[in-house]
This record gives sequence, C-alpha cells and structure tokens, in this order.
Amino acid sequence: MVSLWRKIWKTPVVTEPFINSDAAAAIEALTRQVEAAAFARLGRSLHIRQVDAGSCNGCELEIGALNSPYYDLEQFGLHFVASPRHADCLLVTGPVTRNMADALRRTYEATPSPKIVVAVGDCAQNCGIFAGGYGVVGPVSAVIPVDIVVSGCPPAPRAILAGILAAMEKPR
Amino acid sequence: MLVEVIIEFVQTLAVALGAPLLVGFVRKMKARLQGRRGAPVVQPYRDLRKWLAKDVVLSENTSWIFRFTPYLLVATMLLSALIVPVLTTHTPLGFMGNIIVLMYLFLLGTFFLALAGLDAGSAFGGMGSSRAMAIAALAEPTVMIAIFAIALRAGTTRLDHIIVHYSADGLLVLNPGHLLAFVAFFIVALAETGRLPVDNPATHLELTMIHEAMVLEYSGRYLALIEWAAAMKLFLFLTLLANLFFPWGVAPSLAPAALVVALVVLVAKLSVLATGVALLETALAKLRLFRVPELLSGSFLMALLAVVSFFFVA
Repeated sequence: MVSLWRKIWKTPVVTEPFINSDAAAAIEALTRQVEAAAFARLGRSLHIRQVDAGSCNGCELEIGALNSPYYDLEQFGLHFVASPRHADCLLVTGPVTRNMADALRRTYEATPSPKIVVAVGDCAQNCGIFAGGYGVVGPVSAVIPVDIVVSGCPPAPRAILAGILAAMEKPR
Repeated sequence: MLVEVIIEFVQTLAVALGAPLLVGFVRKMKARLQGRRGAPVVQPYRDLRKWLAKDVVLSENTSWIFRFTPYLLVATMLLSALIVPVLTTHTPLGFMGNIIVLMYLFLLGTFFLALAGLDAGSAFGGMGSSRAMAIAALAEPTVMIAIFAIALRAGTTRLDHIIVHYSADGLLVLNPGHLLAFVAFFIVALAETGRLPVDNPATHLELTMIHEAMVLEYSGRYLALIEWAAAMKLFLFLTLLANLFFPWGVAPSLAPAALVVALVVLVAKLSVLATGVALLETALAKLRLFRVPELLSGSFLMALLAVVSFFFVA
C-alpha cells in the first residue's frame, strides 16, 4: 500500500486541458458557448445512460475512455448512471437490432423529460456495414427521436464529448 | 429567547445546506487522488437543482410507500439534525432525543428505503434491499455497543451532555476505550452511509450496488430528495464522529464568537474526516459481500472491548 500512496503522490493531474489542438480549441469554444447558453437548462449537470442497441463495442471502448483521468468527463458535470430514470441523456450506439428495438424504446420512455438522445457512431447514424442485415431494424432515428449524431467508426472520445455538449446546447 | 431559538435552527440549516458540499468535497478529493481534475465541489447542488426541475417517471407497479419514502428520509434527517450538536451543544430537540433515538431515526429511513426498493418489483431493487437489511442487521449491534461505550464514560446518553463531559477531559484521546470506540464507530459509519469498502457510491454495476440499487427506480424530485438525505446522513455521521470523539471547539453557549470558532473548527474536523474517507476509498477495493460480516464483526469486537475497558480504565 505504501507504493500505491507513493505512486498517487507522484502522479500529477493527467487530465488534458482543452487547448492543445485545433479540435480541442473548437470544443473549448463550444464549451464556453454551452456554459453561456444551454447549461442553464440542465444547470451544468447531465447524467448519461449508455444504451448498446447492437454495437460491435468499438464505440463503447471510446465512450469508456471518456471516464479515464485523461478525458475526465466528470469535470463538466457529466456522469454515467446505471438507470434511465436517473438520466437526462441517452447515448445510443450501434445499429438497432430486432432484439434491442423494444428495449431501446422502453429505455426512452423510462427517461424523465427533458431528455436528449445522442446517437454515437456510423452504425447508429446509418447502420454502417450492418445496413440491410436481417437482424437490423434500422438506425437509431428509426426507433426513437435523435437530437445529435456523432459520426465516426468509432468516433474519437473528444468527438463524442463535443456531441454531448452540442446536444445540451440544442434548444427544444 | 427568540434569537437563541433562531441560532439553534441555524445549525440545522448548516446540516441541510452543508451536506451536498461535503459530498462534493469527498468526490473532488477522490478525483485528485485518481489524477483527475474532477467536478467542482458545488456539483452536488447543481445535480439536486436539476433533478428538482425534472419530470418524475413512476412505475405503475409502485404504491404509496415509493412516493412517501423520499419525504420520510428527508424528514428523519432534518429531525436528526435538530438533535445532533453540530455547532453548539444547545440543540432544539436535544432535551427529548438522545443518541439512541438518533440511531433509530436513521434506521427508520433505512427500513423505508428497503421497502421502497422492493416496491417497484424490479430485480435489482429487491437485491439492494436484501443486502441493505443484512448490513443494517449486522451494523446495528456495533452501533449500539459503540454508543454504550461512549455513554458509559459520560454517564448519560444525551449528546449535548456527552460533549460537555468529554470537553472537560484533557486525556480523552489517550483513553484506549475511546480510541477503540472511535474505530468501531468509524467502520459502522462507513457501512451505514454506503461508502467503501462496504458499498461503492460511484459504481455503475448493478451487481455491486447496495444503496444505489434501491434507488434505481427513482427519478426527478424524488431522486433529489433521496440524494439530499443520503448526503445529510453522511454529514451527520461524520459530525458525530468529529464532535463526540473530538469534542473540542463545539460552542458551549450561544455567544456569536464561540459559534464562529465552532464553525471553523467543525469545517476543519470534517475536512480531515472527509479526506480520510477519500483516502480510504482510493486505497481500498470493495469487499466481497460475504466478507462484510467479518469487517463488521471486527468492528463489533472493538466496540465490545471499548465497553469492557471502561471497567478497567475509567
């Protein structure tokens, strides 16, 4: 345990500031906009329920990276929760499969409004390489209303973060 | 007279408003220990405000118990805040409630939360309730024995009298019984407030949840009330640990100067305890469920030794 404490003592805050690259600068600007306008609606607090509607788990790996110290989702007041009843935002990945269509619809209904839906990845946008498969119902927007689509296969964690922040900003 | 009553209620307000800040502080400390920047310490207030503004989704299978429980939880916590000497030993209800009443007020909330967890009929809720009851049943004897260890030496179960009695004792922290009771009570406080190593407040996995599993079905303002009550419970338990075991600084009168000192000392004491909790939660993994009884029986043993030691080292 002593070595653990030593390691903790030596390790600085590894969360990257958002001003390193162009993309990051764009998100920084976006964050400021969001702070000004739309955080007011949910008050700088967003609880996210991730729904895997039939994804290959590539997007999940990138979403999981958001929880890491490097991206540190929590610093924006964003938080993953275990129940749709606690959530304000559904983060849906993958093409919606027949088995998950009903579950996704019920998850949407179980989420108290105001709620936002972010479809993450090419599959959620247009079924990607799974388009036309016999087990696939369609993209996420075929089952529940989608606010923001983040494209990419898989999208980078920063892109997902930008998508979530943009969805918060979108007026309704 | 009126001014005194108002001051007495101010300390209840301190519990109600300070509790989310304490939770935010623990989270911030944990984030820093994990090398993260973490959410600002005021994040719990933002979460509460948002939940209060949100819609409520209720399962059609729930009964009145489900809707009643959040209000009961907040009511028992506010009532407890009227009994616990937070800033001053003059508490509004100190004359009618002692430490035993306090513990059973907490237990009333636990009981109703377990009922509410069962109410919606979801598998995870029932699992959380059964675990919470198992842990409450194991923690209860330890709580009582640890309390008796404190009360025996003070000769009273009234919280304000205990604190007055202990403040006069200069060798308090050198008393082995006192230290044993502190460790026992600290472990039980972690179990009762759903912290590591018994329960994990930050978990996303239903199978590892206890408190979180019971509240999975709650949303909107009900969730806000439950989270607020949970924060107040943590605040009250840490305040009890701080003020009963290290009673210095608690204002014996309602003089403004003494109250300011009491506030500063309380903030310092709570910061130390909250940092301790954050350090523990960083270093410890959650215990396997079947190992929890071992931890709690260890804590029971220490409480028992604390009582026994009273008869040798008074």
